[in-house]
Amino acid sequence: MTDLNKLGLAEARDLLRKGETTSVELTQSCLTAIDAAGALNAFVHKTPELAMERAKAADERLKGDDAPAMCGLPIGIKDLFCTKGVDSQAGSRILEGFKPEYESTVSQNLIDNGAVMLGKLNMDEFAMGSSNETSVYGNAVSPWRRDNDDAELTPGGSSGGSASAVAADLCLAATGTDTGGSIRQPAAFTGTVGIKPTYGRCSRWGVVAFASSLDQAGPMTKSVRDAAIMLEAMCGHDAKDSTSADLAVPNFEAMLTGDIKGKKIGIPKEYRMDGMPGEIETLWADGTAMLKDAGAEIVDISLPHTKYALPAYYVIAPAEASSNLARYDGVRYGHRATLEAGDGITEMYEKTRAEGFGHEVQRRVMIGTYVLSAGFYDAYYNRARRVRTLIKKDFEDVFAAGVDAILTPATPSAAFGLGEMTDADPVQMYLNDVFTVTVNLAGLPGISVPAGLDAQGLPLGLQLIGKPWEEGDLLNTAYALEAAAGFVAKPRKWW
Amino acid sequence: MSIDQNTAAKVAKLARIKVEDDALPALADEFNTILGFIEQLNEVDVEGVEPMTSVTPQRLKRREDVVNDGNQQPKVLSNAPDAREGFFAVPKVME
Repeated sequence: MTDLNKLGLAEARDLLRKGETTSVELTQSCLTAIDAAGALNAFVHKTPELAMERAKAADERLKGDDAPAMCGLPIGIKDLFCTKGVDSQAGSRILEGFKPEYESTVSQNLIDNGAVMLGKLNMDEFAMGSSNETSVYGNAVSPWRRDNDDAELTPGGSSGGSASAVAADLCLAATGTDTGGSIRQPAAFTGTVGIKPTYGRCSRWGVVAFASSLDQAGPMTKSVRDAAIMLEAMCGHDAKDSTSADLAVPNFEAMLTGDIKGKKIGIPKEYRMDGMPGEIETLWADGTAMLKDAGAEIVDISLPHTKYALPAYYVIAPAEASSNLARYDGVRYGHRATLEAGDGITEMYEKTRAEGFGHEVQRRVMIGTYVLSAGFYDAYYNRARRVRTLIKKDFEDVFAAGVDAILTPATPSAAFGLGEMTDADPVQMYLNDVFTVTVNLAGLPGISVPAGLDAQGLPLGLQLIGKPWEEGDLLNTAYALEAAAGFVAKPRKWW
Repeated sequence: MSIDQNTAAKVAKLARIKVEDDALPALADEFNTILGFIEQLNEVDVEGVEPMTSVTPQRLKRREDVVNDGNQQPKVLSNAPDAREGFFAVPKVME
């Protein structure tokens, strides 16, 4: 069989079960695709030997009748996850050469489930960015291009390498992380599916921290069914993360019935932004009609504090980052600056961090330092946390009124060109997260589903937001939307 | 609120990031753009609203206060840029 790398998780799993392929064949097919896709710069640390070793072990395990769902399935892991003995740099120079002595809980859960890691995936430095242009490895490139135009496009960020790799069939699926939209925005830009689960569903242990009260891991896949399979494998209670939820993990795949009759879907009026492209409006209206046709009840809702989500995020996330990134001091791991005679420990810290952190990370650490500094803590940080309480309450009120899920656009535009935003001020880049960041602030699950193409042939996504801990119900609504949208476009191969 | 070059220099110092003097004006400008955006929060009436501490209503788990990990000195030091005789090494610290 050819092109095994083009399979999704569910199809590959079923073929493995029927004995029609092997994990070694699937893995080899992906490794070949990865080697031919250097132009995408998606895989930044390749682990072919480790992958073949795990594939062989998976094939042995598949001979028994108790092999877990992901057994033998080759995937990519975002560079933010610590993987034992394998470079884990979070896309930063400051972690150059860092090889963890331990495995993150999420990647360990995937190993225990039999998944085969092909390597580590490109990302924005410390997950700070919306275009994968802040990475120490250089830009990840989208496999998608505009019609009749060779300009290189962003796969989105921060999980840009994950999105590019899944869309280009370099792996069957990948892990991502999402602090303000870093799974859902790249998924929308590349015609893939990405879900950020409820805060606490996936353990954060061993995931390099950006903003601890917002960070969540999740799967990036080729279908909603694949997202259900992989999310179940990734999540679960972990004593090593005090914010990990001690709740049973449902069989998400079994909840994909496609039946959403009587479900109440909210359409929030505040997400209709000034200057939103007509194509996004149309896509949203089409998606609404699809859910209605599938039997859902559509209701107009209001989330009055939506406008304040981005400014609140750009206080809270940098504040937490400035604290989390204080650990990069040139002492325990990673880069240390070469010192001059007479330099003391303060010079070591300052030079190490100036050399090791890129521009965007430095900027956010300093903004965080400022909003937490004496005299400004109340005016900025505490005010932002109060606004966050109000944003969460907006959602609680809507769910209390009987709404089951909320439909919004995933992004305010299709993917933009690499370098196109270079001269824009930082706030322009931050606006990419305008539809996704509310979900992180409220700790809710959100999923991006590919729903159409724009006039230039680029994918556009819709976002569904669900109730806390009800990822199963959310995935089922997404499954119905996916079926109705019938998105099958793939990028034409140029790399 | 407007940030001048002196304030930018002070913030860089607090964050332990070396910023050259000639980079300070641009940095101050960027801070002002971002802070200008953040100022929108002043429009919100937050009277009587509690600042969020935990997004999910949960009580942190507790465990016995006992040593349950340790004796991993080589692993702890394995990624250090400079480790000697079982310790992290740093430049001389003298006040």
